[in-house]
Amino acid sequence: MTTTVPAPSGGASTPGTVPQSPAISHPRSPYVRNKPTRSNYEMYAWVFMRLSGTLLVVLIFGHLFVNLMLGEGIEQVDFGFVAGKWASPFWQVWDLAMLWLAMLHGTNGVRTIINDYATKTAVRLWLKGFTYAACVFTIVLGTLVIFTFDPCPAGADPALVPAMCATTSAGTPLG
Amino acid sequence: MSTVTSESPGASAGTNAADESTSSSGSSMGGVPTIDVTLRVRRFNGEVDDEPHWEDYPLTMLGTDRVLDALHKIKWTIDGTLTFRRSCAHGVCGSDAMRINGRNRLACKALLRDLEPSRPITVEAIKGLPVEKDLVVDMEPFFQSYREVMPFLITSGHEPTKERIQSQEDRERFDDTTKCILCAACTSSCPVFWTDGQYFGPAAIVNAHRFIFDSRDEGSDVRLEVLNDREGVWRCRTTFNCTEACPRGIEVTKAIAEVKQALLTRKI
Repeated sequence: MTTTVPAPSGGASTPGTVPQSPAISHPRSPYVRNKPTRSNYEMYAWVFMRLSGTLLVVLIFGHLFVNLMLGEGIEQVDFGFVAGKWASPFWQVWDLAMLWLAMLHGTNGVRTIINDYATKTAVRLWLKGFTYAACVFTIVLGTLVIFTFDPCPAGADPALVPAMCATTSAGTPLG
Repeated sequence: MSTVTSESPGASAGTNAADESTSSSGSSMGGVPTIDVTLRVRRFNGEVDDEPHWEDYPLTMLGTDRVLDALHKIKWTIDGTLTFRRSCAHGVCGSDAMRINGRNRLACKALLRDLEPSRPITVEAIKGLPVEKDLVVDMEPFFQSYREVMPFLITSGHEPTKERIQSQEDRERFDDTTKCILCAACTSSCPVFWTDGQYFGPAAIVNAHRFIFDSRDEGSDVRLEVLNDREGVWRCRTTFNCTEACPRGIEVTKAIAEVKQALLTRKI
């Protein structure tokens, strides 16, 4: 019941035919409300957006500051730099929180937009299914990378891997 | 809400307004200067038209006239088939909310001279509700949402023999939302309602707010539970269209935020 204009009945007046009057939804199809939802899902989604948004401001600007402002700035960011950061549990947790919160925050935002603008139930389901799949894929892949990252790959050029790889026997993963 | 309608197969659709536009902007009627305006009305007759169409009506109106006066002039002197709602014509009954120059207003409160009369003034039905004819929409979805928030006093126990006492501070708490006249200007200006007619809409939430924050009422929990629905307050995107549209100056978005807060403090 969101259309301002009743849809024409398809009887576009072709020459020689009497134009049909368009279908008017009311009172033939009275307004019916969907079944009420007895859950707090939307409330928690709303609260999550506020909390994760606040946290993300801190996490993202902290991330940008450490990577781009401290030390040599943008020049320092390479494989070795990232490997060095992820050797520390602090940065592992930081990046993990950033990944999860950003993905869930973004996915919930897109879910909201789909709910607002996709009027057909099937379209809405497909769009949301695709969004959720992309979210799960990115979160799983990202989490896997953060925790299984190998800073000292076998046979790598010592100039490209972080300095700590030299202290152990070259080419042996730290685990 | 009465519907001013006429089914007489009338008039040649507003084209014979030549005699109306003879006087110019400079002249006056009884001391009141007149202005020439063009009203561009979105017409729709479901029995004849497939699609709504715009029609221009050149008019000479008094400088003190409102959009409603212009609509009356069209209906009474040019085209009797023009259909719109109005009852009190003084901004209280809430019958004549319409989209004027792209903004929801009451036709009886919008002065022509405030609407840039040098250009055509567009008048169309409020959006998001099915158009029945010209400027008349089916208000049923709007009123159904209104009914669902139970806009009446809910109490328990014996009825007191005297009136239910309330302090001035307690009365002040919900004073703003008592002003609602159910014109649907807010709900039909809400972009969420445009695309999702299931959303309760600002007006229903405002009228729930009026009782949720009333110290004499005991049905707040039920109403809050209704508004906690998937189509309830959490769909609000705080675009402030409703606050801007309200002809009574109710701070609608603030009222919605207060209902959200009440839900959060009770549930968490």
